Amino acid sequence: MKLLFSHAVVGALLGAAAGLASAQDMTGAGATFPAPIYAKWADAYNKATGARLNYQSVGSGAGIQQIRAKTVDFGASDMPLADDVLAKDGLIQFPTVIGGVVPVVNIKGIAPGQIKLTGQVLGDIYLGKITKWNDAALTALNPGVPLPDEAISPVRRADGSGTSFIFTNYLSKVNPDWKAKVGEGTAVNWPTGAGGKGNEGVAAFVQRLPNSIGYVEYAYAKQNKMTYTLLKNKDGHFVAPDADNFKAAAASADWSKTFFQVLTDQAGKEAWPISGATFILMYKAQEKPVSAANTLKFFEWAYANGDKMADDLEYVPLPASVKDLVRKSWGANIKDVSGKSIAWK
Amino acid sequence: MAAALPASAYLGEEGKIRPDMKDRPPIARRASPWVDTLFSALAHGAAWLTLALLAGILVSLVIGAAPAIRAYGLSFLWTSEWDPVQNRYGGLVMIYGTLMTSLIALIIAVPVSFGIALFLTELSPLWLKRPLGTAVELLAAVPSIVYGMWGLLVFSPILSQYVQQPLQSAFKGVPLLGSLFSGPPVGIGLLSAGIILAIMVIPFIASVMRDVFDVTPPMLKESAYALGSTTWEVVWKVVLPYTKTGVVGGIMLGLGRAIGETMAVTFVIGNFNQLNSLSLFEAANSITSALANEFGEAAPGLHQASLMYLGLVLFLITFVVLSISKVLLQQLKRREGALT
Repeated sequence: MKLLFSHAVVGALLGAAAGLASAQDMTGAGATFPAPIYAKWADAYNKATGARLNYQSVGSGAGIQQIRAKTVDFGASDMPLADDVLAKDGLIQFPTVIGGVVPVVNIKGIAPGQIKLTGQVLGDIYLGKITKWNDAALTALNPGVPLPDEAISPVRRADGSGTSFIFTNYLSKVNPDWKAKVGEGTAVNWPTGAGGKGNEGVAAFVQRLPNSIGYVEYAYAKQNKMTYTLLKNKDGHFVAPDADNFKAAAASADWSKTFFQVLTDQAGKEAWPISGATFILMYKAQEKPVSAANTLKFFEWAYANGDKMADDLEYVPLPASVKDLVRKSWGANIKDVSGKSIAWK
Repeated sequence: MAAALPASAYLGEEGKIRPDMKDRPPIARRASPWVDTLFSALAHGAAWLTLALLAGILVSLVIGAAPAIRAYGLSFLWTSEWDPVQNRYGGLVMIYGTLMTSLIALIIAVPVSFGIALFLTELSPLWLKRPLGTAVELLAAVPSIVYGMWGLLVFSPILSQYVQQPLQSAFKGVPLLGSLFSGPPVGIGLLSAGIILAIMVIPFIASVMRDVFDVTPPMLKESAYALGSTTWEVVWKVVLPYTKTGVVGGIMLGLGRAIGETMAVTFVIGNFNQLNSLSLFEAANSITSALANEFGEAAPGLHQASLMYLGLVLFLITFVVLSISKVLLQQLKRREGALT
């Protein structure tokens, strides 16, 4: 706040020259999931170049609305927009970082990674079809694990969220009944379970309720040392949620034709089945080419220098090949209104 | 209105006010007329601005909700399906949740607040009055999110273990009560939200009640005591009838707070959009909680319009509650003197 104020004062004092101080700044709004890494990148970028990013983490839906209303230079969404929707609005999207969603449980005497689940079983639990931990479907997957004769309390997000989108998208792919009855979306008509607000709300519920199961962002599960489960992926292997397995999921997607990629249920021996990228939305025809150039410069800088920071915060950086595709897409698609390319290099 | 007279007209000899001029309206002094005009304009402006804001909010809610109103009409009020994927919305679950939690809150809060106010005004030793009164008022200053977190992490496990589970086993198989107490006894749901709300509104109702009990003329109370009344009889038959307007006002203040409370409810109500049973233990949802949770990510179109519609319904519920309290007060006034 103080910094902002002093900037304003300096800006006012410099008068006409103030254009310099704010000419490098950019604004964005949207997804809450990548907000910590955007903040970290913005901070480091500010130290390196002096440019400032004003990012409001208001939620993916609100981010999409703000970019449509052109109140921000870029919008951010955890849910990729379909290509025809993008074309209609004259937008392009590109991924920035990858994350994963992790099922977490709270059962007495069960250690992290001790329980194995399949998408089918996970879907049936959230449909209310499997109600006890010692259900035959669960004991068959987990021979020798002391599963209690207790009711399962499913916990899920109450607020609309990209995490829920990735999770329900996965369940729709692997559980036909889920697809027919519930479907996918940032908010769905949950047939069962208590709803917590945000990752922290779900985590609090899971830690509070004995014999519960929930799903949270990987970073959240790791930092809070929650009891995660293993999941069976498309190739039939049981995998643990970790950065390498998210990367494997990202690598097996075909990014070359479209960035509309939901990384759930990807092929690959190591691919974690509930992975997802988070996206940036920008206009193709830029009315403010200077702000657009600043925004692209920022993300270029983040692609080049930000991988370590992403790792530190438990996000997974994009594979280099995908970054190159994104750069190509910028060059080909983002122009000013007269059709001239934007200089971001 | 009588025409303004010069100041000297009011005064007789020796500068005293003439007895025959006593009932005349006071002199309109016009020291600096533009200040008066300005002040009057400001005061009028403030009053009208509030009204204009109210109308503005109402109009923008109606405009925002228009797509949902067109799509569902009044059937929105009794449809319980809330499915963002299929884009079908009905508000019954949230409306039921809001009314039910507020009702539970009042059922608990009114007697407790009455007891607190009674103790503070009639029974408490003098040295305890101040600290206890301040403590109750301090409760009102606790931010609602703190109540929510406390409710989820501390209160709901206790409720689950020591209240819900015993109740459930005691009433198993009893027709009506049994179904009220069915459902998962995990301490999250309508009952816990209602109890947390009760704790939140008690300070409001209790301090209003205490304040109005305090203004009962001592002469009335002393007379009643002198006739041999017990403390209970004094409070029930003298203090309460004398202060009923204020008491009803205090209860309505608490009810308004309970209906509009968001954060604390979100934490403990479970945010569950299905109406499967009448159980008080079942996770449910309230209007405010649904708005807080879903608005940020709601897709433009019917989802957002339906949330706006819910907001409009909440507005109307509050309006109806206020109207009922006004009618109630008028009824009480009309019967004044008829009783006792």
